[in-house]
Parts: sequence; C-alpha cells; structure tokens
Amino acid sequence: MSGTFLARLGKLWLALILFFLYAPIFVMAFMSFNASQYYQLPFEFSLKWYEKLAGNTEIIDAATRSVGIAIITTIIATILGTAASVALFRFEFRGKRFLQVMLFPPIAIPWLITGTAMLIFFFGIGLGRGTPSVIIGHVALALPYVIVVVSARLATFDATLEEAARSMGADGWTVTRRVTLPWISSGIIAGALFAFAVSFDQFVVSYFLSEPGDSTLPVLIYTSIRKGFTPEINAISTIIIVVSMAVMLVAARFSNFGGER
Amino acid sequence: MSTVLANQERLRIFGLLSPAYLWLTVAIFLPLSAMLYFSFLSEVPFGDAEWSHTTENYEAFFQTSTYAILLWKSIRLGLIVTLVSVLVGFPCAYVLAKVIKGRSREALFLLVILPFWSNSLVRIFSWAIVLRGNGVLEIGLNAVLPFEVDVNLMFSTPAIVIGLVHSYLPYIILTSYLALQAIDDNLIDAARSMSANKLTILWRIILPLSLPGLLAGAVLIFVPVVGSFMEPRILGGRVGTYFGTVIEDQFVAVYNWPLGAALSFILLAVVLLILAVASPVLRRAQT
Repeated sequence: MSGTFLARLGKLWLALILFFLYAPIFVMAFMSFNASQYYQLPFEFSLKWYEKLAGNTEIIDAATRSVGIAIITTIIATILGTAASVALFRFEFRGKRFLQVMLFPPIAIPWLITGTAMLIFFFGIGLGRGTPSVIIGHVALALPYVIVVVSARLATFDATLEEAARSMGADGWTVTRRVTLPWISSGIIAGALFAFAVSFDQFVVSYFLSEPGDSTLPVLIYTSIRKGFTPEINAISTIIIVVSMAVMLVAARFSNFGGER
Repeated sequence: MSTVLANQERLRIFGLLSPAYLWLTVAIFLPLSAMLYFSFLSEVPFGDAEWSHTTENYEAFFQTSTYAILLWKSIRLGLIVTLVSVLVGFPCAYVLAKVIKGRSREALFLLVILPFWSNSLVRIFSWAIVLRGNGVLEIGLNAVLPFEVDVNLMFSTPAIVIGLVHSYLPYIILTSYLALQAIDDNLIDAARSMSANKLTILWRIILPLSLPGLLAGAVLIFVPVVGSFMEPRILGGRVGTYFGTVIEDQFVAVYNWPLGAALSFILLAVVLLILAVASPVLRRAQT
C-alpha cells in the first residue's frame, strides 16, 4: 500500500525534474516565435526573428565557422582517438595505466583553467588567437571522450574472433581492417558524434582562443547576451538546441549509453 | 626473432598512441606548464616588455582578503549547487533505476541526460528569459495564485544556483543511476523478507552501495562549478562576481596575465586537493 504510494510520489518527482529540465528550453523556443522584442505576453506568433536571423551575416558566419570547426575537430579526434583506443586495448606495456590516467585532466580540470593556459601557451609560441588555436583546443577536449567511448565498445570485443581470423592466415593489418574495425564501428560513430557535440557546444575554451570578430557561435551569443537581450539570439539558440539534441539522440542509438542492452 | 617481433610491436604501439598523446601534450600539458611559469613573472614577456621572476602574483592573493573571500564564495557556491543537485537528483536516479521498469526506463533516462549534451550557454540564457522581472515565471505564477507576487530572481544568487543546478543535475543522476542499477534486487528483497523497514534498507543497503557513484557525481559537479564564470555573469549581474569571473577579467579585460595565471593555479590547487581527497572512494567506484 505505502509502496505504491511511494512509487507514485517517486514518479511525480521524476516528472517534476523533467519539467525543470525542459521548461526553460521550451519557453525560449516559444519566445523565439513571439513578435514582441521584450518577451511581452500575450503571445503573438511571428517568424520575424527567424527572418532577421537569415539576414544577420555576423551570426550566419559564426554558425558556419562553428560547424566547420566541429567537423574538423571530429575528424581529427576520431582518427587519433580510435588509434589510441586500439593500442590501449590490444597491447600490454609499461606505463599503460599512466596513459589512461592522462586522459582525465582534459575532462576534470575546469575549462577556465585549461582555456587560459592554452591562451598563454599559444601566444608564447607565436600562434596567438584564431581558428587554428580553437581547433587544437577542441581536439584535445574531445579526444578523451572518443577514447572512452571507443574503448567501452572494444571491451565487448571477443578476442577469439581475431584468433580465428589469424588461424585462417590473415595478417595483423587484415585482421584489424576486416574484423576489429567493423566490430567497433558503432563505437567509432558514437565517439565521433560525441566529439562533434563537445566542439559545437564548447564555449569556454573558444571564448579565450577565438579572435574578436572571428568568433564561434557560442562566443558570439555570450557577447550579445552581455550587450543586451535580442530575440534573434533566441532564434539561433533554439536552432542550436534542436541540432545538438538531435546529434546526441543519434549518438545514443550507436552507443549503449542508456545502460544494459 | 622474438626481439624483432617485440621491436615491431613496440613501434606499432608507439605509432598508434603518439599522435593522440602528442596532441594532448601540446594542447593541455605544455600550456599548463607554461601557465605555471607565467604565474612567476612580473610582466607578460612578449614584445619589448621588461620582466623578471617574482612571487608577487601569489603574494597578491594573500595581501588583500579580496581574493580569498571570492575563492571561498566560489567554493561555497560549489557546495550549495552540489548539495541541491544530490538532494534533487538522487531520488530521481532511484526512481529511474528501481521503480520504473521496462522499455520506458531507457527512454526516460535518455530524456534526463539529453539536456546535458546540449549547449550549456544556451540553457543558461533560457533561464534568463524565464527568471527576469515581468518574465514568464512571474506571469505564470500570477495567473495561478490568487494574490499578486513579485518575482524577479534575475541577477541574484538564487538565479545562479538554479542555472547551475540545471546545468549539472544530469551528472549526478547519471552516476547515481549506474551505481543503483548495479545493486541486486534480491538483496533488497532479502532484507525486506527479514522485515527490515524502508529506512533501514535505504540506510544500510542502498546508500552504502551507491555511495561511490553518488560521490563521483558530486565531484563532477563541484569542480566545474568552482571554476564557473559564464553562469554567474549572465544570471548574477552585479552579485555575480566570483573567483572565476576575476580570473576571466585578468585575461579579457584587465590584461594582467601573470596574476590571472597565479589565480588559475590557486584554483587548480584547490581542485586537485579535492580530487585527491575523493580519489580513494572514486577508485572504488570504478571496480
């Protein structure tokens, strides 16, 4: 009796949490279709902020730059990360544990610290601010995620499959190409999507590394918010949320991120 | 023959690993070392600036109480946000792991985790729209309540806490859920059959067994919150001055990079200290 009551209470709690998590996002999306500039109610449907957005070259440029940076980051991080995961999984060697621990600082140290450190270092070596610096930073942040996701997929790999292929005369490279890689391909795709999300959503590191007037979309949004509210930012933010959630939904399908399956 | 093979294997390991780790070295570890060096300089050593080695950037932290007070303010914000997230998120994770069964569980879990992977800046911005005076929250509350209320949470500490909890809540739900899921239901049934009441089961079985996951989540929330600057800036306005925003200022407004580097390193020391204290428990969580 009290069990079902508690269970109901628990489900109500979960529903409240979901409301808390999604309500502001829906409010923002809703307001991006509201005619009033100052979010005045009653609501009056209008597409004018999206029309204005289409003509705002500054935002469009930043969006294009962000997508481009995310794609380059994804390609580099996925290739380097997959190679490293295979080595960490396949071979036993001294210092392996140390290499695995080295993956934590990029994730665990606050981005404010890594971002400012990168700014100092890139200025020190003469690279300075700009898109190349942003890409170098994004790849470093995305690499650990790719390695973790691909390694998790590799852990489910049955080593006897490789032995079987080898016993039938396949050499090491053929085994890797024809047996191992197909098996972990879903992990690689998931890792790539994670890398894309890390880069596309990254604000802090981009903020310190991108050049003024040449900034990524989140950096542009931050500076616009600080200058004052504009409904165009609402519209582009709504598009960003939809895109990044869609990417993650696809990623979740490729990795068993939800637990047992 | 065997040494040739061993050499070949070593070469292959090196070839596979070095690009990734070289990248991490250039983008993470060398910059951190450079920042440590910078924090002991009097001026930025670019151009014709005169500079020397000094400890005055660290002395600045101790000379006035301003920085220490702000650091404590940031730590306190971290503690509050972590505590609220644990209290709100743990029951939620429990419901997901133990109450809800079947296919809907996976879908609901995904729904809880999804916002975490969307843009954090945009989510903070969405709270600014909700919380501002004459905003959606005020209008909504006044529509429901029989009396007029004035809700303007914008530019206040509660607004910062709400925004940060919203940003990091999925972390604690994720780690607690994974830990709770690993608890064998038979264990709970056994305790129940021996007529243990709900509180005893919670206190003696569920909490101890899920503690590593809970703590992992708490650390994952605390560390970034202590270093946060964007959230206090957007939601806090004038009250949003924290240790993180002071560091930001040194790099983008005041251009005192050596001082910023020293403050960053003090923050890093605090973070590492906390990770070190938590690491025995976290290591247990991995196994």
